Amino acid sequence: MNPSLHIGHSRIRKEGRAKVTGAAQYTDDVCMSGMLYGATVRSRVARGILKGIEFGEGIPWDEFIIVTAKDVTGDLYVALIEQDQPFLALDRINHPEEPVVLLAHEDRYLLEKARAAVRLIIEPLPPLFDLEESLACREVIWGSDNSFKDILIEQGDVDSVWGAATHIVQGEYKTGAQEQLYIEPNGAIAVAKAEEGVTVWGSLQCPYYVHKALKHLFNLPDEKVRVIQMETGGGFGGKEDYPSLIAGHAALLSLKSGGRPVKIVYDREEDMVATTKRHPSRTRIRSAFDAEGQLLALDIDFALDGGAYLTLTPVVLSRGAIHAGGPYRCPNTRIRARAVATNTPPHGAFRGFGAPQSLFAIERHMNVAAAEMGMDPIALRKQNLLKMGDSTATGQIIKEAIDLPGLLDRALEKLDYTAKQESCRVHNASSSPIKRGVGFASFMHGCGFTGAGESYLASVAGVEGREDGKIHVLAAATEMGQGANTILSQVVAEVLKVPLEYVEVARPDTALVPDSGPTVASRTTMVVGKLVQEAAIGLRQILLQAGFLSEPYAGEAFSNAVKQYLAKNGHLKAYSQYSTPPQIVWDDQNYKGDAYTTFAWACYATEVAVDTRTFEVQVEDFVALQEVGRVLNPTLAEGQIEGGVAQGIGYGLSEQVVWNEGRMANGQMTNYIMATSMDLPRIRVYFEESPYPLGPGGAKGIGELPMDGSAPALLNAIQDALATVTPREIPLTPERLMELVESSNG
Amino acid sequence: MKGQAPSCTVHTPASLVGALEILFAEKGTWRPLAGGTDLMVPFAAGTLPFTRFLNLWGLDELRGIEISPENISLGALTTYADVRSHSLLRAEFPNLVQSARVTGAMAIQNRGTLAGNIANGSPAADTPPSLLAYGAEVQLQSLAGSRWVPYESFHTDYKQTVMLPEELITRIRLPRTTGDTFHFFRKVGTRKAQAISKVCLAAYARAEEGRVAEFRLGMGSVAPVPLRALTTEMLIQGQRLEALDDHSIAEAKQALLEDIRPIDDIRSTASYRRKVSANVLGQLLEAMIERFKRPQIRA
Amino acid sequence: MAEKMKLSLNVNGQARTLDVWPMARLLDVIREDLHLTGTKEGCGEGECGACSVILDGKLVNSCLIPAVQAEGGELCTIEGVASEEQLHLVQESFLHCGGAQCGICTPGMVMAAVDLLHRCPQPDEAQIRDGLAGNLCRCTGYVKIVDSVADAAERALQVAKESRS
Repeated sequence: MNPSLHIGHSRIRKEGRAKVTGAAQYTDDVCMSGMLYGATVRSRVARGILKGIEFGEGIPWDEFIIVTAKDVTGDLYVALIEQDQPFLALDRINHPEEPVVLLAHEDRYLLEKARAAVRLIIEPLPPLFDLEESLACREVIWGSDNSFKDILIEQGDVDSVWGAATHIVQGEYKTGAQEQLYIEPNGAIAVAKAEEGVTVWGSLQCPYYVHKALKHLFNLPDEKVRVIQMETGGGFGGKEDYPSLIAGHAALLSLKSGGRPVKIVYDREEDMVATTKRHPSRTRIRSAFDAEGQLLALDIDFALDGGAYLTLTPVVLSRGAIHAGGPYRCPNTRIRARAVATNTPPHGAFRGFGAPQSLFAIERHMNVAAAEMGMDPIALRKQNLLKMGDSTATGQIIKEAIDLPGLLDRALEKLDYTAKQESCRVHNASSSPIKRGVGFASFMHGCGFTGAGESYLASVAGVEGREDGKIHVLAAATEMGQGANTILSQVVAEVLKVPLEYVEVARPDTALVPDSGPTVASRTTMVVGKLVQEAAIGLRQILLQAGFLSEPYAGEAFSNAVKQYLAKNGHLKAYSQYSTPPQIVWDDQNYKGDAYTTFAWACYATEVAVDTRTFEVQVEDFVALQEVGRVLNPTLAEGQIEGGVAQGIGYGLSEQVVWNEGRMANGQMTNYIMATSMDLPRIRVYFEESPYPLGPGGAKGIGELPMDGSAPALLNAIQDALATVTPREIPLTPERLMELVESSNG
Repeated sequence: MKGQAPSCTVHTPASLVGALEILFAEKGTWRPLAGGTDLMVPFAAGTLPFTRFLNLWGLDELRGIEISPENISLGALTTYADVRSHSLLRAEFPNLVQSARVTGAMAIQNRGTLAGNIANGSPAADTPPSLLAYGAEVQLQSLAGSRWVPYESFHTDYKQTVMLPEELITRIRLPRTTGDTFHFFRKVGTRKAQAISKVCLAAYARAEEGRVAEFRLGMGSVAPVPLRALTTEMLIQGQRLEALDDHSIAEAKQALLEDIRPIDDIRSTASYRRKVSANVLGQLLEAMIERFKRPQIRA
Repeated sequence: MAEKMKLSLNVNGQARTLDVWPMARLLDVIREDLHLTGTKEGCGEGECGACSVILDGKLVNSCLIPAVQAEGGELCTIEGVASEEQLHLVQESFLHCGGAQCGICTPGMVMAAVDLLHRCPQPDEAQIRDGLAGNLCRCTGYVKIVDSVADAAERALQVAKESRS
């Protein structure tokens, strides 16, 4: 029996009807009168100096709006963490997809002809594509030493341990770039006029990031820039920072055209090749264990390839570094984390944000270590999993009553791990070319911004009473499929004790909603949800105090109270601003303290079948068990996990970005391999609910977690199936697996 | 919008003769267009070097599956979906049905045609290995008349065929399979659907009087053209069934490496293609040996 | 420059005539000339299925069909699936089972599901997965989409039973 009105119930997605009928309006569905189409001419050279731009023959150039860096009157560089990435290259070319010239025309066919007719004269400079070469400064391509960020996390005294350790296990692990591959490509429409300012409609995750970037680009005050999110067809981090560039490009063209609307929508290849991907990584782990398998020391060197500009790399590195030790207790830990530049398009946010890279390494390493020590990987983990009162690598004391060994047991039980492992052994002893194996990974994901991020943001969200008696949620949190609209509505409707239809989420529009922060970092439900919950309590309080409402009440009485209040007072709004819980302390200088207000915890277990003739891996079964606080909407939460696991399976097995001179060579959906419905098993999702006191309705963050554990669980299962190979790099494509098998055969 | 539709002309002939007339009159300037599933991809990417298209989709003369005691003859515009659902093809040419099933997915299978699949000459197409295994012949027609070309000599080099500019593919003919037969098809693609082959292999064999009387092995994605693995075929064809053993399989796998010339590309590597071709051939031969242990003669 | 053609076709039950480039992609004709923007472009190469429509009773990728080949055709887009007020069973099931997340693949996915249930009214899970194999979804891992289609098939059976009794 669920005593809640909405919390914990699978309510139908608020915008679902518009989506299943095709009525939902995405950016490319909008057509404005007098609209021009915009296109971007890119460098195609990885590194060099721009010497000239030639406009080829046969194109009526006088009909075109043409913009180059010289047209920019404000700040040429995108305002994010560092201002190093230009909207348009001025003279230096730092990656092969650097935007150089913008074109606009009303005829989309002619526009493409024109784009192909622009020739850039670029004097090449020696490029750098390799992470290790960048770390070694073979060429200096950014700053004084290519370094975007260098982090050191230290606990105890790592170097004192090696002599006394019974086992020392070392390993190096690598992860590749990964494309977000939302099915709706990036796009924006802009109207920019010298007097009135700039308005942008776009497919984006973070309206206020775009707002900030446009303010700097055009040197405008807050109120002259307006950013409106259109229905967004998936983001996964890929629409976190890049939309600022597209919005800026469309606005520059619009301004030069005298204020005509300009639409830029990328085609699939441009989106895949030019926009951000997950950072490739390399992790070296040296670990010490005592005779019983107790972890004594972890010395981790974690490195990310950031691409050509800094963008969000320092924060990706930060999350990766903090997660690098995994969910384990280790008295002596040193994590050195570095991110460096290469001449590829900048890498950026992708669900998990650094954690999938470092957790892959540690979760593979635990199995590698177990094998080297002759221990069962389950027993090894159980000895070392964090429990209440333990501290993480940053010295964060776990204050929740977590039971990670129990979580592990229950995940294995759901998979029927022990019985399956035994039947795999029997099967593998036969002559069958199919080898079977089981594997798992234990992991966690920090909810909300890292460290002091949330207190810097100081997000604000609110609720507003409307004349029809309904309540609108005012937040910059964007719906991009994850269910933000529905969850925020459920939280508010729960507080107000009204039917869900009484609550709507206002379209994120910087002119109308406060800055509740970016829609990233698994923070929307937990952080923004909490703010709208508090705001809703405030709004109810206003109505109660004003005498329009008395408890208990029914939904209709509430809606009448709203109408009466508005009739008398004109407006009814309540806001809430984030403040860091007093017990949360973070030292950003020394990377010490409470890196996150809480973590979501999980154990994923899987069974695979490996065809030793073709080296194809079939995921036969997949169990995803997690503790994410209270589940607010089971259908939406399961959907998040299922989708995240699917992306994690792709990350582990098939989603390979093929690089050629710093450029993605397989920028087509045909050649970059995400799973179809035929490739995936029925992913089985289970929640262990343990309400988190600081989350709305007891919820923690959930969005990124499922990205973290799938790949290591799969590789652990593949190692179990084949026994003779020790895979350490993803994606583990059939080609890579074949090489491993061949080399292990001698 | 990279595909420049405004620069393109389309002619839709009312009849096959009409189509052949225009091909003859303006040789080499018209690009035949059938279901569009291959052609529209480079067109939309702006990389197709043609602006004049001959729209064949409406020519019902090029449709229909005809059955005679000796042959089954498929109209050029037979779609993968037509192949999938045809009961005689399922019974006698399961490899072809399988290759149609694994081409793209339903929406592609509803439009993609057999003739289009071979005319484009992609070495990674999925039906060619099956057509090679079944000893298909292709009818090429021009105003001057028609000729039947063995499909195994249809492709001459990467995306090159024996077709003359004034010719169209009108039908594809397969000799009926009878007797104690064995069929094997395996596509090793980048995924289970919507995939391009990394290695594709189709075989047809017939046993008679204790011997492998017929053995044809068609392969895709392992050379500039879809090819028959003739060296390998020669090792198996004519062999006594009881003489086929692990040693003959090993020999055949070795011989296959002589037949194929795979390359590295964005989808796979030459070494993977070699290894997997040989392994799947092993699988095929094991299955064939097993299958021929007990004769199964279809009435 | 070539010439535009008069394209006559039936769109969701209505006869339409349009001036279009014969090699314009049917997808562009649907979105830009017919202003039916429920049909989406996800890849432009027949890989993702977001542009799926039913042409002459068959599921097709509208990005791979030149306008000229739709001449005289009968076209059903996502806008033609639901009647005025009443959603199609498949659409209802997508709503209730969580089959739509970001929604960009949803119109194509619904078209593929409608086509599948037309050909195969009571599919098992393998048949559903095969029927949807040409429609890529990045959000769901397909679990709830498969469930939605199974649910629609089940409810169609119920409806049929009720109408018989």
